[in-house]
Amino acid sequence: MKLTVWTYEGPPHVGAMRVATAMKGLHYVLHAPQGDTYADLLFTMIERRNHRPPVSYTTFQARDLGADTATLFKASCQDAVDRFDPQAIIVGASCTAELIQDDPAGLAETMGLSIPVIPLELPSYSRKENFGADETFYQIVKSLAKPQERTARVTCNILGPTALGFRARDDVEELTGLLSDMGIDVNVVAPLNATPSDIARLPAAHFNVLLSPETGEAAARFLEKNHGQPYTKVVPIGVGATRDFIAEVAEITGVTGRPDESRLRMPWWSRSVDSTYLTGKRVFIFGDGTHVAAHARIARDEMGFEVVGIGCYNREMARPIRALAKEYGVAALITDDYLEVEAAIEKLSPEMILGTQMERHIGKRLGIPCAVISAPVHVQDFPARYSPQVGFEGANVIFDTLIHPLVMGLEEHLLTMFRDDFEFHDDAGPSHHGGKAKAKTEDAPVVPAQPTDDNVIWLSDAEKELKKIPFFVRGKARRNTETFALEKGLHEISLDTLYEAKAHYAR
Amino acid sequence: MNVPLPPTNGGCRTAPVLKERGQREVFCGLTGIIWLHRKMQDAFFLVVGSRTCAHLLQSAAGVMIFAEPRFGTAILEEQDLAGMADAHKELDREVERLLSRRPDIRQLFLVGSCPSEVIKIDLARAAERLSQVHAPHVRVLNYSGSGIETTFTEGEDACLASMVPVLKDTTARELLVVGALPDVVEDQMVSLLTDMGIGPIRLLPARRIDDTTAVGKNTVFALTQPFLGDTHAALERRGARHIAAPFPFGDEGTTAWLRAVAAEFGVSEETFESVTAAPRARARKAIAQAAEGLRGKSVFFFPDSQLEIPLARFLTRECGMTAVEVGSPYIHDALHGPDLDLLPAGPQISEGQDVDKQLERARAARPDLTVCGLGLANPLEAEGLSTKWAIELVFTPVHFYEQAGDLAGLFSRPLRRKAVLQMEAAE
Repeated sequence: MKLTVWTYEGPPHVGAMRVATAMKGLHYVLHAPQGDTYADLLFTMIERRNHRPPVSYTTFQARDLGADTATLFKASCQDAVDRFDPQAIIVGASCTAELIQDDPAGLAETMGLSIPVIPLELPSYSRKENFGADETFYQIVKSLAKPQERTARVTCNILGPTALGFRARDDVEELTGLLSDMGIDVNVVAPLNATPSDIARLPAAHFNVLLSPETGEAAARFLEKNHGQPYTKVVPIGVGATRDFIAEVAEITGVTGRPDESRLRMPWWSRSVDSTYLTGKRVFIFGDGTHVAAHARIARDEMGFEVVGIGCYNREMARPIRALAKEYGVAALITDDYLEVEAAIEKLSPEMILGTQMERHIGKRLGIPCAVISAPVHVQDFPARYSPQVGFEGANVIFDTLIHPLVMGLEEHLLTMFRDDFEFHDDAGPSHHGGKAKAKTEDAPVVPAQPTDDNVIWLSDAEKELKKIPFFVRGKARRNTETFALEKGLHEISLDTLYEAKAHYAR
Repeated sequence: MNVPLPPTNGGCRTAPVLKERGQREVFCGLTGIIWLHRKMQDAFFLVVGSRTCAHLLQSAAGVMIFAEPRFGTAILEEQDLAGMADAHKELDREVERLLSRRPDIRQLFLVGSCPSEVIKIDLARAAERLSQVHAPHVRVLNYSGSGIETTFTEGEDACLASMVPVLKDTTARELLVVGALPDVVEDQMVSLLTDMGIGPIRLLPARRIDDTTAVGKNTVFALTQPFLGDTHAALERRGARHIAAPFPFGDEGTTAWLRAVAAEFGVSEETFESVTAAPRARARKAIAQAAEGLRGKSVFFFPDSQLEIPLARFLTRECGMTAVEVGSPYIHDALHGPDLDLLPAGPQISEGQDVDKQLERARAARPDLTVCGLGLANPLEAEGLSTKWAIELVFTPVHFYEQAGDLAGLFSRPLRRKAVLQMEAAE
């Protein structure tokens, strides 16, 4: 038993729903009690879908438990097939139905339906949403993909994008364009917008592009092993990764076409002198493993940030994220407990967070700007405009995303110069964000600051001076000074200590 | 005077009810925690359940309330199910940890879920044991919000019903008003009743445990929410007597509700008029303005919160709408009867749900406005129907006079919005 307040991932059957809802012509019969239908609103509200998810819930009640829930399941199954006329159905149980052990797979099998019935075994008490999506997609591919001739032209499939994916809609479009520039056609995108008959055609492609390892890796591995299709290992998020991806695809296929880079603005935007202020900004990165790995590289190599911590909530990615953390010389945080993430952020006091909607809230509490780079998603993560993450346009979009929460370069200097100004002070926040600037109130009498470490005490002069440092670097200054003091064996921080530390850390 | 007249064509109390059983597009009772934890400021709601329960609460809350919400889920894991861990010991440990971190918590609700009910974790026993450990500082109660037993607002009912047996005894003649209302609405209600000379007024749920809510054979109680069937029964078991009335929505509902309470306490007609005249006039004016776009329009209710019957009564009698179908998850005659008496005959009254069949009826009827849950709203909008999300009716202050205009506004806004959006070329 573990007490949880907020979760990064839903249960595994929600992962199965992400696959079912992404597809067309597929129906999901879910053995579940009343109330589990809440998951429909994730799709109709957060993603603003104009259709109900293709899911029939058996809706058993307490009084059915002693009686016959199996018959209820069969009736729902038959009803769904009659009403929605799907090409195939997937059947499974939610957490409660798993406990009553009705065996939806066995029951559906005995019904003699004329369409493929794909059973799902998704352990609700040990696995989570991403596993559920990955496993469901794998089972569908395993059941439906048929051996066949390769297409005459060089083609690929794009694997992994699901409903409720982070920018999946636009990533598919951008990636399709990038591949087309190289002279490669897309055979099938799956699961997003694919039908069961499209799934059957997957083996016609020459190779697979694995866009979302979280939700497509098991299927990609299966297709490699059983249909001889290699799959790409680089996820093209960021300028460098996109170039690596192009090289990887060229290597797999032998095509020599190179995508047009004329719309790629990100490198110049980053080199432009107005971006100098980004140099060495301390960032903490947390999200799903794929987006975290991509953003670590972008942060360090393409934005010039300093990565002070990385982590992911999906244990399936723990190994690569640990290896990456080692390479970056930081500790990896692998957890799905947002309180642990909050504690880590508080301790590291970064100048910026690249995270999920959870970290955005943590940032709000701690006064640290946050850019959202990964699921779990929120209605804000489905912008009306085109905003992919992958490819060259994705790199442009990410540059904008990462600088938006920050105080802009010149503004940063002005805040430093005029920090005692009554309206242009640092509690006012970035000027391009909404919200009314709070007029500065008279200074309260200075009370000795609580040391964040037990061994050092801030003297009042130093504490006063610390308060004059703009908010977006104050945390760093405090930490650096305390570390410096500890290293020097000092137990009190005076004005001199503060400036000695500043000189020590100057770069 | 001013007693609402039953409709000339007869009401709906004896109308045949279409009872359906099938897929239900509704929340389970856990959802009530979202508003109950804000209402009871010293209470914590600990769901004993699965990851699905935690995900539901997070999704239903919509916007995460990161200011340390006073609810959480003790997620059952493999070893709890396999019997490798003693669920009760695990629960004791989590509660201990929680209460030591949150000394402000004075009442703890252990909330049962579908999985905890199926594997039969005895939360009543756990609550008793934990009460002994943590008394007197913390009172521990339990109820079930599971989907196999409760539909959406029935969670609040189960919660309030669990509090009834532990209310102090009293022989005083007191008015107990039952149902969680936003504080601002509750204050308005108390002030109206107080101005009529009615008192003492006790509230269930009280905002804090130290409040003086008690019950006994001289207690009379009025319900402000139409989904409190079990609480109603539990209070009657304690000897209290129910004041039956239409629910206080709109001018007419509020007046009828207040009048029923006033009659019980022998308030004179003059006093009643002098207290209610001004707010009634305001309510009428506000309704008239907000309801302009509703007159002559048809409305179809999918079952959601059990508020459907009283709201249909309000929309048909005070806003000039016609009801096509009024669906409610459950219909209790003792609670919904007075509103059904006033609802003009005509609409199909339905109880329970088979969502696909009901959608077919809605599509055939093509109502001007469909009141439904979040899972159905956008899909129906995409089919060209105008919808009102039912959940907003539970999360927004809508009771009594001063909110009557807002209530009408909730229904008219989707229609007004549809009318203002113009995206065609100007030509």
